Amino acid sequence: MTAQGDLLYSETEDDLRAAVRALLADRAGHQTLLDRIETADPYVPGLWKSLAGDIGAAGLLVPEELGGQGASHREAAVVLEELGRAVTPLPYLTSAVVATETLLGLAGRGGPATELLAGIASGHTVAVLAVPLSTAPDAEPFPSGTPDGEPSPPAVTGAGPLPAATVTGVADAVAADVLLVPRADGLYAVPAGEATVEPQTPLDLTRPLARVTPEPGSGTRLAEGEAARAAVRRGLLAGAGLLASEQLGLAAWCLEETVRYTRERHQFNRPVGSFQALKHRMAQLWLDLVGARAAARAAADALATGAPDAPLTVAVAQAYCSKVAVRAAEECVQLHGGIGMTWEHPAHLALKRAKSDQIALGSTGRHQDAIAALTNLPAPE
Amino acid sequence: MTDAGELRSRTRRLLAEHPPATTGRTDFLKARFDAGLAWVHYPAGLGGLDAPRALQAVVDAELAAAGAPDNDPRRIGIGLGMAAPTLLQYGSEEVKERFLRPLWVGEEVWCQLFSEPGAGSDLAALGTRAVRDGGDWVVDGQKVWTSSAHLARWAILIARTDPDAPKHRGITYFVCDMTDPGVEVRPLRQITGEAEFNEVFLTGVRIPDAHRLGEVGDGWRVAQTTLMNERVSIGGARIPREGGMIGKLATTWRERPELRTHELHRRLLDLWVDAEVARLTGERLRQQLVAGQPGPEGSAMKLGFARLNQAISGLEVELLGDEGLLYGEWEMSRPELVDFTGRDAGYRYLRSKGNSIEGGTSEVLLNIVAERVLGLPPEPRNDKDVAWKDLSR
Ligand SMILES: Cc1cc2nc3c(=O)[nH]c(=O)nc-3n(C[C@H](O)[C@H](O)[C@H](O)COP(=O)(O)OP(=O)(O)OC[C@H]3O[C@@H](n4cnc5c(N)ncnc54)[C@H](O)[C@@H]3O)c2cc1C
Repeated sequence: MTAQGDLLYSETEDDLRAAVRALLADRAGHQTLLDRIETADPYVPGLWKSLAGDIGAAGLLVPEELGGQGASHREAAVVLEELGRAVTPLPYLTSAVVATETLLGLAGRGGPATELLAGIASGHTVAVLAVPLSTAPDAEPFPSGTPDGEPSPPAVTGAGPLPAATVTGVADAVAADVLLVPRADGLYAVPAGEATVEPQTPLDLTRPLARVTPEPGSGTRLAEGEAARAAVRRGLLAGAGLLASEQLGLAAWCLEETVRYTRERHQFNRPVGSFQALKHRMAQLWLDLVGARAAARAAADALATGAPDAPLTVAVAQAYCSKVAVRAAEECVQLHGGIGMTWEHPAHLALKRAKSDQIALGSTGRHQDAIAALTNLPAPE
Repeated sequence: MTDAGELRSRTRRLLAEHPPATTGRTDFLKARFDAGLAWVHYPAGLGGLDAPRALQAVVDAELAAAGAPDNDPRRIGIGLGMAAPTLLQYGSEEVKERFLRPLWVGEEVWCQLFSEPGAGSDLAALGTRAVRDGGDWVVDGQKVWTSSAHLARWAILIARTDPDAPKHRGITYFVCDMTDPGVEVRPLRQITGEAEFNEVFLTGVRIPDAHRLGEVGDGWRVAQTTLMNERVSIGGARIPREGGMIGKLATTWRERPELRTHELHRRLLDLWVDAEVARLTGERLRQQLVAGQPGPEGSAMKLGFARLNQAISGLEVELLGDEGLLYGEWEMSRPELVDFTGRDAGYRYLRSKGNSIEGGTSEVLLNIVAERVLGLPPEPRNDKDVAWKDLSR
């Protein structure tokens, strides 16, 4: 039997969690979020600087010699658990994980990727990979096209033909200083000033989405060909693996909140939480959460140690944790009754995040297809 | 403290002094017990070395590599998983010395005389009576669903010693001799066709007071040790990826492309993911135990194990189509061991139905999770402070 990676939390990870939780409780409580999410800028001012710079969370994946903390995916996963718990709008998953990991795939080559990493790790630069949030790790985000780097034919979405090289549904693009743009001839770093970023109206108001159109010919090429593709795959794989921890944190909050509420809320002269029909639903959620924690930890550890089965472990964690987060958030709304349906109560923040996370970085079906391929369990001919 | 290096050299010494190739199975197992390598976390002299439990793996790996025989845990699961930890915690020195060695070696099979026709989930309502008679107790009553009673030399037994006390407080825990002339075992046939379990009639069975575990009237507490260990031992085994029931289904899927449909494929992948997550959950639980941070996750294992076994074996019957309409063998037999993943898919499907009933039903385990783990309020109840004899039946 092969040895199983470490699925527990280390003391350092517990300390990091405590620091992040305290920061978010202090500065980004639910009321603060509810007050901001419908404005043009849902990000709480100064919060990124505190998390990224003061706590050093933005550089966890970046080696010390490149200006980071030299920690690993295990620690970044703990940060994401907390961000999921609090449903915080911050470009952490996008910049500190997906973009960072993509650039780490190129950093051995020196040059602009290495410089960008130092900026991201310090929290001064926010970089975002310009692909739709729904992009799975095994997707092909590079347009095939003409040598000048513009795709042909033009990208098309449900809204009809768009100008060349427009990408929709890019998460946190509105917060980005630099966009990492896959083009037919390679991966480019484009300053945000050289792209048009038009906000869209997202289901999850805590993760802003935008339509991004880089100016033709803008930016610096970081890599081309297979090197660029491999780097983007690596970034998306890390993103999908650590998204499971965000989902875990979110689900844990939903269950805790639901247990707390149903213990206090009385109907029929007893706490509604004493009704067995509800107890069993919450107990079942707890069981699912125990599984989600094991799956999310396994994914974080596999990424941290570069385990050969990391793609399988990530796909398992995504297929499982997506489902658990959605169910936890849906149960949270239902078991709160009418109050769960109000804008005032934070349950809808979790519900909208969980539902969007289910699509983010590959749907459940997409991850299952990956599992089928990796385990030799093929579909019918 | 005994470390891995010392255990390894002790194991090698055992193998050198009792080469498995030329030593009888039972003799080898006895020598292993006496060397403290049976269960290393048990006390010295009782098959262990007071070593950390996690180090058992070191010993097992050495022994497996040398081709040494094991004690076939499937045959003696109740003894190993339930009787032994209870004997260890509550038995006198004489009791531990008398029982643990033949139990572990497999010379003596154990069974569990807990459930009764009127007391299943509500086990504390049991009515089998034990009455003091000089230095003995005399037991009368009926037990049911007793697995392995037809093979057992000894039983762990709970019986009512004080009908006037509330039900949880009037119970006492004993070791019962299954060869006593007052013990009658009759097979009970199961939905699989075979009879793994039995009904057991107890008529004037005599048990010496020295075979009582724990105080008189404190049997409910002693039984908690047994029941907790039962839940861990069902579904708690360490398995590789695709071990257990899912491995059977995956193999059939790979070998029989003509059976595949898209709908079954989705369900297969769903279950594959759930089985892999259940495996990881077990791994995490073990890591917590080793790190000295036992969590309540243990209660998750049996619930998930039961649900998965049922869903996976059910899917396999469907996948097999025409073959799923057939069944291996209905002839009544009284098996020597229980193998949840044995025989054909139809058998596995039927046997797995018991997984959500034996060792506490899934409904009752969900109650336990809700109340003890999540701290949700109990249902109102009317049986707590009433004398057992006044309860409705
Ligand atoms: C294969 C097998 C092997 C077994 N081996 C042994 C053995 O070796 N020794 C032994 O002592 N026993 C053994 N048992 C017995 C087992 O422990 C009992 O069957 C079990 O505890 C359930 O009790 P019951 O059968 O009386 O069902 P009941 O308790 O009558 O339950 C009937 C239904 O009511 C539900 N229910 C009961 N109480 C509640 C509640 N509070 N809330 C919600 N739902 C509830 C149950 O979940 C079940 O669905 C075995 C059982 C099986 C199936």
